[in-house]
Amino acid sequence: MRVFRLNVNGDDLEVAAPAHWTLLEVLRYELGLIGSKQGCDKGDCGACTVLLDGSPVLSCLRLAATAEGHAVVTIEGLMPMHKARGGDGADVVQDAFDRCGALQCGFCQPGMMLSARALLNENPKPTRGEIHDALAGNLCRCTGYTQIVQAVELCVAEAAGVEPAQPAWSADANGKKV
Amino acid sequence: MLRLPKFELEEPATLDEALALFAEHGSDAMPIAGGTDLVPNMKHRLFEPKVVVSLARIEALTGIRVTSGGELEIGAMTTLADVARSSAVQERAPVLAQAASLIAGPQLRTMGTLGGNVMLDTRCQWYNQTHFWRTSLGYCLKKDGTECHVVQGGGKCVAAASNDTAPALMTLGATLVFQGPTPPGESKANLREIAIDALWKADGIVNKHTEPGEILTAIRIPAQAAGHRGAYGKLRDRGSIDFPLFGCAVRLDVGTDEAVTGADICAVALVARPSHVKRIEDELVGQRVGSDDFASAVGRVAELAYKQCRPMDNSPGDADYRREMVPVYVRRTLHAAAQGAGPVHHV
Ligand SMILES: Cc1cc2nc3c(=O)[nH]c(=O)nc-3n(C[C@H](O)[C@H](O)[C@H](O)COP(=O)(O)OP(=O)(O)OC[C@H]3O[C@@H](n4cnc5c(N)ncnc54)[C@H](O)[C@@H]3O)c2cc1C
Ligand code: SF4
Ligand code: FES
Ligand code: FES
Repeated sequence: MRVFRLNVNGDDLEVAAPAHWTLLEVLRYELGLIGSKQGCDKGDCGACTVLLDGSPVLSCLRLAATAEGHAVVTIEGLMPMHKARGGDGADVVQDAFDRCGALQCGFCQPGMMLSARALLNENPKPTRGEIHDALAGNLCRCTGYTQIVQAVELCVAEAAGVEPAQPAWSADANGKKV
Repeated sequence: MLRLPKFELEEPATLDEALALFAEHGSDAMPIAGGTDLVPNMKHRLFEPKVVVSLARIEALTGIRVTSGGELEIGAMTTLADVARSSAVQERAPVLAQAASLIAGPQLRTMGTLGGNVMLDTRCQWYNQTHFWRTSLGYCLKKDGTECHVVQGGGKCVAAASNDTAPALMTLGATLVFQGPTPPGESKANLREIAIDALWKADGIVNKHTEPGEILTAIRIPAQAAGHRGAYGKLRDRGSIDFPLFGCAVRLDVGTDEAVTGADICAVALVARPSHVKRIEDELVGQRVGSDDFASAVGRVAELAYKQCRPMDNSPGDADYRREMVPVYVRRTLHAAAQGAGPVHHV
């Protein structure tokens, strides 16, 4: 057993866990933060994505004790963080995913939204290509990604006060809205 | 759910402390950098070290700097994301920036390091599997077993070097700086500097010549020729995340008259060691980039690569398909390097 400190969603916590436990295991089975999902558990799917000092990392591959001294944000921290910045209700990313129906089973969603949040923090006006690149490590087995990309584009457009780009599926071959 | 085997974790703050731990624990200890290769491998029970020594708190191992001689020196713990987005690397060693940018997905590039990539274990579809899966198969030569499922009756493991930065660093003539524990009774640092070409051996079980307890501390890339151009080409299943099914790094030195003065191509994801494609300078040197003669020379080089590069059934993906893609990727990557473009891949 190893005793170490973790900063999770702004809370400074003392944790006791075996040295061979991953950050994901500590989050889910010690701290009860089950928003981070255990998918493949070996780096392939991105369902366990959390932000470490603002960058998306895979908590299933990160030894928990090595996260001491870094700020961890899980999906549970997204809304409180948004509110702490003076926002209202859910984070705009969560709101946009909701409005766009950017989910089916929802398993990929926490990781997907954290990758999207990190992207927008660093680059508030990403192109569609940059959105694809930023979400490349988050696999969705259900949605086909269209509404997910649309949700991120909706955040970008609303922040800029412009009409969101037409999602590819809503236009026919001639670009006419269907 | 894949649990890790039990181990003790050490997090030394200095290289000396880390080396002392290796001196103390010998082969019971393994270094961990980003953990993106070692953690899945430990979950699969391919490695079960008693002590895992994290290098993450050793600040001296991180960073990219350009020396007064124009050499690039990259600390082994520098992340792949930092290598890919560094303007110094993009300018001086474009092939390395491109290769790093195509490794795995964004989260893994934030975690994974250049040193960990150089030191990556070889891969094979019969090996990178859970313990349960490997038990059902009856294991193989590389781990716990006695036969090879790639070369039936073969006595040698041919698991593939699958690290994208390896061929890139080879075309750049990189040097690796290792430091090992100081032997008892000696006081000076146990440093070893080797050309990256000399790191590899043709054995899929362990494809590197290293000394016990040695840590890769830095990767040095000499200043390239004035007209240096480079590009990386990578064949993989999904452009978003997968390991290479074939990777090729290209270096072209181009004179002021646009004629090629030197060239190198290195291939990876074939067998245990990444390899230079031979005799390509005979075809390319003297050709003016962009000319018809250059294009025909590129065609002949692609043929040479086709003859020399033989993908095996070690990686997932049909070996015949991968072989047919060898000349395609070599040709496209050479043209990309010539134009100062790249990387070459599909999404
Ligand atoms: C889904 C997935 C996709 C991937 N795709 C790719 C890909 O496309 N291309 C690719 O090349 N890799 C890929 N990888 C593998 C891996 O992410 C990268 O190779 C990464 O660079 C490994 O670096 P690391 O710091 O995480 O290494 P670690 O896992 O920490 O270490 C790897 C090995 O090197 C040793 N080691 C690490 N640092 C040192 C050092 N300084 N000195 C001595 N030994 C050391 C460790 O003991 C271990 O044996 C992928 C991994 C996953 C999970
Ligand atoms: S090539 Fe693959 S199957 Fe053959 S011994 Fe090596 S790891 Fe095992
Ligand atoms: S659970 Fe971590 S990447 Fe799949
Ligand atoms: S909504 Fe099911 S995995 Fe994405």
